[in-house]
Amino acid sequence: MAIRIGVDDVRALMARATGDEKHDESSTSTLDAIWVLYDRVLRIDPSAPRDEARDRFILSKGHGPSAYYAVLAAMGFFAEELLDGFLEHGNPLGSHPDRNQVPGVEASTGSLGHGLALGVGTALALRAKALHEQRVVVLCGDAELNEGSNWEAIMLASHLRLSNLTLLVIDNHSSELSMDPWLERFASFGWSAVAVDGHDHAALEGALAARSDDGPNAVVADIPEGEW
Amino acid sequence: VVTDMRTQLGRTASDLVESDPRVAVVLAEISVDRFARVMRSAPDRVINVGIMEQTLVGVGAGFAMEGFHTIVHTMAPFLVERPFEQVKLDFGYQGLGGTLVSVGAPYDYGTEGGTHHAPGDVALMLTVPGSEVLVPGCAAELDTVLRGTYANGRLTYLRTSVAQNDEAFDVAPGRAHVIRRGARATVVAVGPMLTRTLAATEGLDVTVLYTASVAPFDAEGFAAVAGDDPSVIAVEPFYEGTLTPALTDALRHVPSRFASIGVPRRFITTYGTLEEHDHELGLDAAGIRHRVASILEDGSSGASSRRAST
Repeated sequence: MAIRIGVDDVRALMARATGDEKHDESSTSTLDAIWVLYDRVLRIDPSAPRDEARDRFILSKGHGPSAYYAVLAAMGFFAEELLDGFLEHGNPLGSHPDRNQVPGVEASTGSLGHGLALGVGTALALRAKALHEQRVVVLCGDAELNEGSNWEAIMLASHLRLSNLTLLVIDNHSSELSMDPWLERFASFGWSAVAVDGHDHAALEGALAARSDDGPNAVVADIPEGEW
Repeated sequence: VVTDMRTQLGRTASDLVESDPRVAVVLAEISVDRFARVMRSAPDRVINVGIMEQTLVGVGAGFAMEGFHTIVHTMAPFLVERPFEQVKLDFGYQGLGGTLVSVGAPYDYGTEGGTHHAPGDVALMLTVPGSEVLVPGCAAELDTVLRGTYANGRLTYLRTSVAQNDEAFDVAPGRAHVIRRGARATVVAVGPMLTRTLAATEGLDVTVLYTASVAPFDAEGFAAVAGDDPSVIAVEPFYEGTLTPALTDALRHVPSRFASIGVPRRFITTYGTLEEHDHELGLDAAGIRHRVASILEDGSSGASSRRAST
C-alpha cells in the first residue's frame, strides 16, 4: 500500500534545495497553494506531463521555485535527487523554472508579468481544441501584479469570457504599492474573485476547484507578513 | 493591379486558418478588416486582443505552447520593439515556433512620424538566437514565404513593406538569387530594394544579388559570386550596416571591402510620403546610384565604408 505523502514531506524535500535563500519567503508562501493544486485540484499525470488532457499550471512569477520543484518531485515528475543539485551547473533546476529542462513545467518564467498572457493564450488554445474540461491556473505574486502586462491580460481574459482560466495570487505582502482592495479590483475588471487564507488547505481547495461559467476566476491567497 | 502586401497577408493567413486547424492568428487592432471572414468562421483561432502588445505576443506564445502555428501581427514598432522581451522570452527562450508579421517598417507610413518608424526592427530580431528574418520584396513573395515557413517550428520575423519590386522570385529562408553579373562589385539588395537597385546600377559593371532572407543568409551563394577580391555594397531597407556581420562572416577568409547603403542611424523627424523619405535619405534609385558610383570611384563610401581583413 502506498504511503500517502503530505505537505510536511514536501517541506522536507524543499529543505534539500538550498542556495536561493533570498527567495525563501517567496517560495514558502506558495507551498500550501501549489501543494493543494497538485494534490487535490489539477488533473495531471506525472508519467505523461504533456498529455493533452491535462490541466495546465504556470508559475508566472518564477521566483522562489523550490516549493514548486519539491511538489513536482513529490508527485513523481522527476527524481527527488535533483533537488540536491538545485542551482548547480548542469542541474536542470535553476532559480527560475525552464519548460525545456524540467518535466512538468509548462512555461519558462522568471521575468515578471509574462505568465498570465501565456495562460490566456493557453486557455484560448484549449478552447480552440474543444478541451472544455481542462483548465489553466496561473500563479502570480502580489508584487508581480505591479507589472502592467498583467492588467492587459486581466482585461482581455474577462472580455473573452475565459472561464477555464484561474489566476491564483499569492499575496505575501511583498508589493511596495498597496494592491488592496483585491476583490473590488478584480470585480471591476469582470472577474469572479475570492480571498482565502493562504495556509488553509480546505479553503484553498474549495476556491481553486470552483469555476464560474461565464468568465475567469481569481483566488487571492493571503499570507500575512511574518507567516511566510 | 498589384496587391499590396498587407492585403496579401490577410488573404494568405486566412487561407492557412481555413486549411490548417492548427493555425491561430492574433491581432492587435491593426489589419483587423483584412481578417473579417476568418474572424467569423474561426473565432476561436483568430483573436483581436485590442491595444495591448505585450499580451498580443504572450497570447501568441500561449497558443504555440499548445502546438498551434501562430501568426502574430501588428505594426513593426509595436510588434518587435515595444514587447521585445515577450518576443525574446515567450517565443525565443522557450524554443517556440511562430510567425511575427509586421507592417510599417522602416518608415512606410511616413506621415505618422518617428513614433511609427522602425528601421531597427531587423537588427533587434537578429539578437534572438535561432530566429529567421525574412523581408519579401512583393506580395507574391510574401505568400510564398508565409506558406513555406508558418509551420516550420521556428520563430520567424516576416517584415512586409509598402514598396514592392516589379518581379517575384522563388524566395525561401537561406536562399539568394543572382540577378545580374558584373566584375567591379557585388551589390546585395534586400527585399523591396531590388527594383530600385537594378535601376540604380543600370550600365554599371556590378553583380546584383537579391535576398529576401536576412537570417539565415545565403553565405555560400554570396561568397561564390563575390569572387577573390570582393567589393561589396549592401542596399538595406533597415539601419545601414545591419547586414554587415553576415556579409563579413561569409567572406572572413578573403580581404574585402564593404559599404552599406541603408537607413541612416538617426531619428527621422520629417513627415511626408514614403517616396519623399526615400529621396531625403538617399534610398531612391537616384540616391542609390549616386552612392554606388562614388563607392566604385574611390573604393570607399566615406563614413559607412568598412574594410575587413583576415
